[in-house]
Parts: sequence; C-alpha cells; structure tokens
Amino acid sequence: MNNLIENISLQSQLGSKLKYTAKDFQSDQEVRWCPGCGDYSILAQAQRIMPDIGIPKHQIVFVSGIGCSSRFPYYLDTYGFHGIHGRATAIASGVKLAQPDLSVWVVTGDGDGMSIGGNHLIHLLRRNIDVNVLLFNNQIYGLTKGQYSPTSEKGKITKSTPYGSLDYPFNPASLALGASATFVARTLDRDPKHLQSILKRAHDHKGTSFVEIYQNCNVFNDGAFLQFTEKETKDDSVIYLEHGKPLVFGKEKDKGIRLNGFSPEVVSLKEGKASINDLLVHNETDTTLSFILADMTYHSHMPRPLGVFLSIERPTYENEMQRQIEFAKEKRGEGNMAKLLNSGETWTIQ
Amino acid sequence: MREKKLRNLDEATIRFAGDSGDGMQLAGTQFTNTTAILGNDLSTLPDYPAEIRAPQGTTSGVSGFQIHFGSTEINTPGDSCDMLVAMNAAALKVNLHSLIKGGSIIANTDGFNDKNLKLAGYSSNPLKDESLSTYQVFEVDITKLTITSLQELNLSSKLVDRSKNFFALGMMYWLYDRPLEPTLKWLTEKFANKPDIREANIRVLKAGWNYGETTELFKVRYAVAPARLAPGKYRNITGNQATAWGLMAAAQKAKIDLFLGSYPITPASDILHELSIYKNFDVKTFQAEDEIAGITSAIGASFAGALGATTTSGPGFSLKTEALGLAVMVELPLVVVNVQRGGPSTGLPTKTEQADLLQALYGRNGEAPIPVIAAATPSDCFNVVYESARIAIKYMTPVICLTDGYLGNGSEPWLIPDYEKLPDISPHFRTNPEGFFPYERDAVTLARPWAIPGTPGLEHRIGGLEKQNISGNINYEPENHELMVRLRSEKVARIANDIPPAEVEGDQQGDVLVVGWGSTYGAIKTAVQRHRAKGHRVSLLHLRYLNPMQKNIGEIISRFKTILVPELNLGQLIKIIRANYLVPAVGLNKVQGAPFLAEEIESKIDELIKGHRP
Repeated sequence: MNNLIENISLQSQLGSKLKYTAKDFQSDQEVRWCPGCGDYSILAQAQRIMPDIGIPKHQIVFVSGIGCSSRFPYYLDTYGFHGIHGRATAIASGVKLAQPDLSVWVVTGDGDGMSIGGNHLIHLLRRNIDVNVLLFNNQIYGLTKGQYSPTSEKGKITKSTPYGSLDYPFNPASLALGASATFVARTLDRDPKHLQSILKRAHDHKGTSFVEIYQNCNVFNDGAFLQFTEKETKDDSVIYLEHGKPLVFGKEKDKGIRLNGFSPEVVSLKEGKASINDLLVHNETDTTLSFILADMTYHSHMPRPLGVFLSIERPTYENEMQRQIEFAKEKRGEGNMAKLLNSGETWTIQ
Repeated sequence: MREKKLRNLDEATIRFAGDSGDGMQLAGTQFTNTTAILGNDLSTLPDYPAEIRAPQGTTSGVSGFQIHFGSTEINTPGDSCDMLVAMNAAALKVNLHSLIKGGSIIANTDGFNDKNLKLAGYSSNPLKDESLSTYQVFEVDITKLTITSLQELNLSSKLVDRSKNFFALGMMYWLYDRPLEPTLKWLTEKFANKPDIREANIRVLKAGWNYGETTELFKVRYAVAPARLAPGKYRNITGNQATAWGLMAAAQKAKIDLFLGSYPITPASDILHELSIYKNFDVKTFQAEDEIAGITSAIGASFAGALGATTTSGPGFSLKTEALGLAVMVELPLVVVNVQRGGPSTGLPTKTEQADLLQALYGRNGEAPIPVIAAATPSDCFNVVYESARIAIKYMTPVICLTDGYLGNGSEPWLIPDYEKLPDISPHFRTNPEGFFPYERDAVTLARPWAIPGTPGLEHRIGGLEKQNISGNINYEPENHELMVRLRSEKVARIANDIPPAEVEGDQQGDVLVVGWGSTYGAIKTAVQRHRAKGHRVSLLHLRYLNPMQKNIGEIISRFKTILVPELNLGQLIKIIRANYLVPAVGLNKVQGAPFLAEEIESKIDELIKGHRP
C-alpha cells in the first residue's frame, strides 16, 4: 500500500506502548440494553480483557449484524461496524482480508448468526479467516419482541408459535464443528472469569474462533440457562472441558464422563464401579472427540459441556491469500498498469 | 488449379453457428482477434444457450458468434450476415433468418444426416430440396475432412471431433484473406503442455485453409482492407475484460488495494475470472458464498481502506439491494457492476437486456440515492468503471455501473489509453484525530472523511441506523433524519458539477433527437448516420451519466422537435426524460434478448420524420 498506510502502521507501533484499562474501551455512548440483560456482563468482560490482549485499540474492529447483541460495537471505543441482518461475518471477512493485521471481532446472536446469517457463518468457519465470532445465544428473538429462534427448544410457546414451535434447534457448537471450524468454545454470561478466559483464548487462536455465549434475555426468555448458572444446580448440570484433564463434574467432583464405544456416559466415582482413570480425558486437538462432546449438549441426562471443544491449527485464509499475491509478484513482477494495457496482441494505426 | 478471384469489400458480416459443444465461440473469438490485428474495425455478438451442453443437435443447443468487420467505421455486430457457417441442420434452422438474401452458407454435410434433420425439425434436407435456392450454398463435409487430416495421428475420436471448428476457421481465414499466424501462435501457447491437442488443431486449421485454396467449390475470396481508425496503438477487448482492467487501473491510480467480492453469475463471471489473474496488482478476489456476501465483504474491505467492488447480473443485483442501502448509509466507496441480462428472475441468463435501469436508480427501501453510470460499447466499459471508482472515492458513495451481456461478451478494437493521463484518483484518508467527526462533510463535495481502522485516534462506529449529522452517533430525531436524507441526496446531486457536459452527435438542433443509454449506442449511431446521409435533421444524444444527469440535458432536448428514446426494455429512461424535462418523448422498445438492429431504429426515425412533414 502507499506511504500513508506505512505512516499509519508506524504510529500504531507507538500506540501499542500505551497501557490501557477497561475504561479506555468504554465509548461515550449510553448503553441501551434492558436492565438485567446478560449483554451487560459480556460487554464488561470484553472491555476487561481488551487491555490484556496487547493490541492497540485503533487496530481492533468489532463488526455486528442486527439484533440486541449487535448494538455491542457502539459501546466499545474501538473501530466498529453495525452492519445489516446476518451479514456481520461477511463484512468482517472483507475487513480482515483488506487489512490482515487488524484484530477483528464479530458480535452476533442466535437469530442473526444462525438464521438469516447461517450461510455466511458456515463459510467463514470453513475458510478459517482469523476473526473471533461471539455468538450470544439467548434462544429467543429479543429485538423483535419474543419470537422463537433457531436455538429455541422444540415446542417453545412464543408469539409466533402459540401452539409450540415445530423446529428442532441448532446446536451451535456442533454446527460450527460440522463447518470445519478450528476453534469452538462455549461459555456463559454469568461466569465472568470463564467468559474472560475464553475470550482471550479466542483472540489468541489464529483462524476463525467460534464462541457460543449463553446469554440470559430477562425480558423474553428469562432463566433459559438458570440450571447452568445457579449455585444449587450448576455443579451437577455443567461440565467444564479442560485440555489434558479427565471429565469430572458434580458438587463433590464425584461424577465423570466415560466413553462406551463412541457414546459418552455418566459414571459415578463413588460406587467403586469406575475410577478417575476410566474417564475420558479432554483433548482439544482431537476433532472426533470434539463432535462427541458437542453432541452431549441436548441430552437431558448429560451435563452441559462448557469450555473449549476444539482448538486446532490450519492455515488462515488471509495468509494463504497473501502468499498467492507474493507468488504472483514473484512470477509476474509487480503490477504495472501501463505495461498491461499495452501487452499481448496490439497493432498500430499510423 | 484455376486462379481464384479476390474481391474487395468495405465490410463483411459472418456468423459461425453450431452445436454448443462445437467450439463456435472459440472459432469466433480467434477470427475476431486475427481480424483486429489486421486493422479492421469490428464488432461482435456472441450468442449462446444457457445450458453448457444443451441436447446435441437440437435448435435449443445452437451456439452462434457473429462478427461484423470492415475498412469503415463499424458500430454494430451487423443487422444480418453475409456468410453463415452451419455445422449442423439445427444451426442452419436457427440462423437462416439472419442471413441476407443471396448470402452464402457453408454447410457441414455430416451435420445434415437423418438424425440431425429430425432433431432440427426438418422434414426434408434443405441442402437437397429447393428451400435454399435464393442463397449460395457450399456443401463441405467438414467432419470427414477433419478426420482425414488427422488420420496419421492416431487420436481419440472425441479429440478428432472437437477439432472440426478449426477446419471451419481455416476455411474462413482463406475466404476472407486472413493470416493463420495469430491463431497458430495462440494454439502453441495455449496447448504448450498438450502436444496432442496442439498438433491436431494446427493440422486441421491448415487443412481448412488448404481446402479453400484447392477446392473448386470457392471461386471468389474476399479482402477487407484495414479501417481508417484514429492513429494510435490498438488492442481488441471485450466489455468484461475492459471492466476488470478499469477497476484495476482505478485502484492503481488511487494507490490502494482492489478488493472484489463476487459470486459467479452469467454473464458477469468473466470479470471475476479476469481479476483473479492479476494478484500481482494487489488485487484481492474473494469468491463469496453468495451475492450478499459478495457486496457486504466489499463494503467491509472499503471500510478498511481498499477499493471495494462487486460484480453481478440481474438476479444477483436484486440480492444486493439491502446492502446497497447500507453502503448509502455508511457512505463508503463501492463500485457495483451489473452486467444486465434478460429478466425478470432467472430470465434469459445468456441474452442481453436493459431492463435494470429503474432498479439501479430507485430499487431500495428509503431515500437511497446512488450515482448510476452506463457503458456504451465494450471498450467504454473501461472508462465507465474507472469513472465509477473515481466518483465512489471522491464522494464516498456506492456507484452502480451498468453494462450488459452484449457489451460484456462483445468485443471491439480499442485505442489503448495512456494510463498516465487517466483522471486523478486521490483518496484522502483522514489521519488527524484533532476535531475528527465521522460525518463531518467536505464543503464542496459533501463527502465524509474516509477514516480507516488502523489509524490511531480515529476509533469510531458506523452502521445502518440513522446518524446524527456530523457526530455520526445513532439519532432518531425527525429534523435530523430529514437533514440527513437531504444531505445524502444533495451529495449525489453535486456530482453533476464534476462531470463533463453532454455532447450531441450531429446538428445541435433539428427534427429528431435520439436519446439512448448503454449498449444501444452502436445501433442508434448507425441509424442516425444513415438518416443524416440522406440529409435528415437527426441527431444523437447518448447518456452515460444516468444519475445525476448532466446539467445541459434539458437544454439540449429543448432544441429538438421530437425526442426518440430506444431501449431494450418497455420504457425506463423515457420515464425519467419525461418526468425531468416534461417532454412528450417517443419510445422504441424491444425485449427479445437481442440488441437493436440499426434498421429497426432507422425505420422508427423514418416514421417520426414523416410525421413532421405536412
């Protein structure tokens, strides 16, 4: 690119010496989500981790689509693009390919990302463009006031489904894995520490990071994830995936997941029938295992997996694109328009 | 062997026609390139079915390529052809109507067997009955001659069959006194790694030429002298190639990367193909998952400082509608090329039409003004897309560039422009954070600043929600909305101050002014020239700028008694002319998936002139 851009990147090196605090990432805009919305926590955690990722804020872009979650970019003092419904992933792809050095984040929801924007999402994932996708899953359409979403449970009674919804829900983690994602994780709004750690992991991963965030819509779908967030129930309902560690859960760490063939099953560690050595050990780099773990999601007798399902390396699209550009320059020389116009078969009229 | 007569022609029109697998487009393209190198002026009309391999031997599978070339100025692919190469019965059936009375037919007799005749719907063989008695028919067993010339090579029958287009081409080169060298050179390069195919095609091409030379069948061959075009260096170029190069030239001039987000669609895909070659020009081509991702990725790339572009045709253009509104709202540069085709819906994918004008001008929700520019000839696509990029960057706006299937696939000689002398394109990236507001406007152009991610201190948010004037913050206040709607409209209107005035071809006043836009230029020009040659007071005004229009259009129109607006639609530009200038313009409309014949416009003008006489 031209001198101007070089000049900008020089300045950005200076900028990176700045020490930020969470407050530096708060924009001057008034936050307008409903009081009690889970989005507040996600915004706060994002603002909290931003100073730690070591990227100057002028190098960060948040792109969103349409929906409650998609107002997110307005509240962060970085570059932001509030796009149109479902297309944030495509807009972000263009941003990242035009300027591969930027840290690009997509904020989307279960409707924006999986219904109207489902196509763009799966293609972003298979291309592995280095963009971090935060999919806020509240299992409802909030901004349009309460219709069922592609992740609502079957039979959901809403304004548009007074007799119950007929659609079987997407499992976002399985969908992402099916689309050949290289990083797939799940976290929730009410566990700030876990949420922060997953956001940092998403940033660190080179390639598309897909993070499903369970987010409570306290107006139209309150308590959808209560079981996974409340003290009384969460320990027995949630299992945290940790790389290299056996899959143990329960208030007293007395239960675990064992593989029976390809099927996971819950075993008790108390009754002497199974020990910790029998349990499945999580391996984030095992693609097959990631499918098995993600598939536990809608099984009522299974704890809900949270954490990183998969994290593998695959060349990023933007690096491959850059490599082809370099190759073409080597092979054909730096582009010269006047030369090209006069190339090939030409003739002169005197 | 008797000496053959060489007859000089001012111009000639020939048509290659065969099955869609017969390689007629390739034969036509090769004939075109050789003819261009010889210095003839020319215009081409490729005409092929939407199916890659339509049922063999049927009329729906016929693919044709017409080229009109001459030593005089050539503006159209020709109303009719003088020479028709028919590789089979169906090709004859479909194309006979375009042959002039007394014209010549070269018929591949092998393509007129019982099966072919039946598939084409002939009850008797037209080569044997009297139905072609008004034409001059040359029967040549091209298939058999091809097989014979390749006997020694021991090739698969499939490869042999695929070479017969080169026999026809070789014969036509002989008939029209063209050299074999350009095609020999092309074959040598194209099939450098496929010696079988290279050798086969070279042999067959030469066999076709030699057949012309030795057969008693042809007694006359034709010479068409080079055209007296303006001096300079020329090349042949198709509209789609010119479009691709125009985008590249604009990005190079602006010293920014070109980003093309595009989804394959006929007849626009060749622009994507062409641009994907030139990665060494920092061209980033992104074959998106759909039309919407094509345009939205381009908008994202523009946000990040590239020249974002997307190329498509009618149905894809419809899919991009919502994103066009977003581009209007976020005020980023974007070039959208619509290579129009027959519609609505999937319509006629491989045929031409001009029916997307009103959609380009108005087809969005809300008040969403977008500059619209249209190309007049294949090589003009370069100028028009370059101008689109210039306006997009200077005014921070999406620009719609209209071409069509006829322009995209058609080709003509092009006086190569001097790259250094192309108009300046200078993006002014904002770098100073002092007093920065995302929607503060340039006092003259009303463009907002281009503040790209990566620039320290300019962090800001944009989006599709209404903006507060200057600050760019979300704002729903009634007065602000009206102000912003008016500002966006005024910004586009002011482009009229930055474009050259319209020029009339012919007298500055008179009886009939033909007002055209887009690819009808050649046919209109020919029709107008014919009338002027007869002393009629007829002039031509061809519009490239459709929004905003040039400031002097109304004044020009007022100097003529009658305004005729020919269009390949049911009357779209005419609505605008009538509404803007309050004149009772007359329309001439055709929607047959084919360009106007000059003759059709000529006779309409005739009618109007007669109306003026007492």
